[in-house]
Amino acid sequence: MGDMTMINLIWLILMAGGILYAGINGRIEVVTQSAINAAKSAVELAINLIGVMCLWLGIMKIAELSGIIKVISYTLSPIIGLLFPRVPRNHPAMGAIIMTISANMLGLGNAVTPLGIKAMQELQTINPKKDTATPAMCTLLALCTTGFTLVPATIIALRSAAGSVNPTEIVGSTLLVSLLSTILVLIMDRICQMIFRR
Amino acid sequence: MLTELCEQLSVWAIPVVLLLIPVVGYLRRVKVYEAFVEGAAEGFHTAIRIMPCLVAMLVAISIFRASGALDACVAGINPILKALGVPPDLVPLAIMRPLSGSGSLGLATEILNTFGPDSLVGKIASTVLASTDTTFYVLTVYFGAIGISNPRYSVFVGLFGDVASFMASVYICQYLFNH
Repeated sequence: MGDMTMINLIWLILMAGGILYAGINGRIEVVTQSAINAAKSAVELAINLIGVMCLWLGIMKIAELSGIIKVISYTLSPIIGLLFPRVPRNHPAMGAIIMTISANMLGLGNAVTPLGIKAMQELQTINPKKDTATPAMCTLLALCTTGFTLVPATIIALRSAAGSVNPTEIVGSTLLVSLLSTILVLIMDRICQMIFRR
Repeated sequence: MLTELCEQLSVWAIPVVLLLIPVVGYLRRVKVYEAFVEGAAEGFHTAIRIMPCLVAMLVAISIFRASGALDACVAGINPILKALGVPPDLVPLAIMRPLSGSGSLGLATEILNTFGPDSLVGKIASTVLASTDTTFYVLTVYFGAIGISNPRYSVFVGLFGDVASFMASVYICQYLFNH
């Protein structure tokens, strides 16, 4: 397989599959339009991200220089350390990982992405092979894609808007589902770690 | 009561963080303004670096969706999911969730408006949306920002998480809400 990683294959399937399917069904004209529109909206998304990234990484810099992150990460590192055994306890990555997971749990949507990227950048500094994800990066990604949220504020707002008599009724089910899927994902992550050991 | 608490918590969380960190920083003799600008500059470069990755991923997903191939996938796996006890109205949401945040939000809104937010399908849709994140977006942004081109097994683990969350939402909501 060589460098044929999963993401390359998935990308190719999405592109080629979509274009061929449109061609076969005689609606090839939608391809051009949707491709161009998506390219534009991707740039818009990135531009919108600039402000939020600046805001949160600016605040994080203050927290870092004033030692706040060190205190928080020292307090929580025994727990998080279990999930990231190969990250040194006093490494800046530890603090960034903890901030990411806390923001995720509190449902601070806009803050999660900048913090997650910051954590990835810190993990990259201890990565021996810069183009390849380390096990710690994979674990962090697994945690972020399951998105364990204690307060799903957006959904509660959405349910209110749709006229629900009890918008927060799904908080309990969300907690149960998140807890279960987070545990399952962490187990799967560990299994893959053992299978794909370098 | 719980609604109010959640609302208050999400309204207060960010202002409190934005107040507390600079105040503590100042008291600890950090040049807060300069530190903020320094961090913000990092944020700027990172956001720009993500752009090409976002274009690549969003274009591919958009073509796949607009061509009708996504609908064909939905139709294809519908019988399997039906056999597993998944309501057919939720199948598009299950497939859209890992691919597109705005797409799945749109589908969920449609479900809430069609069936009502307090229907079983509405509650499952809400739970699915609340308990997972858009896997391909997170993957693209996080790994794109640091130049990782080989994500190893993490795509698989992310998608496994989406399937697990979706199935858990269906079964747990049916158990909790279906009397």
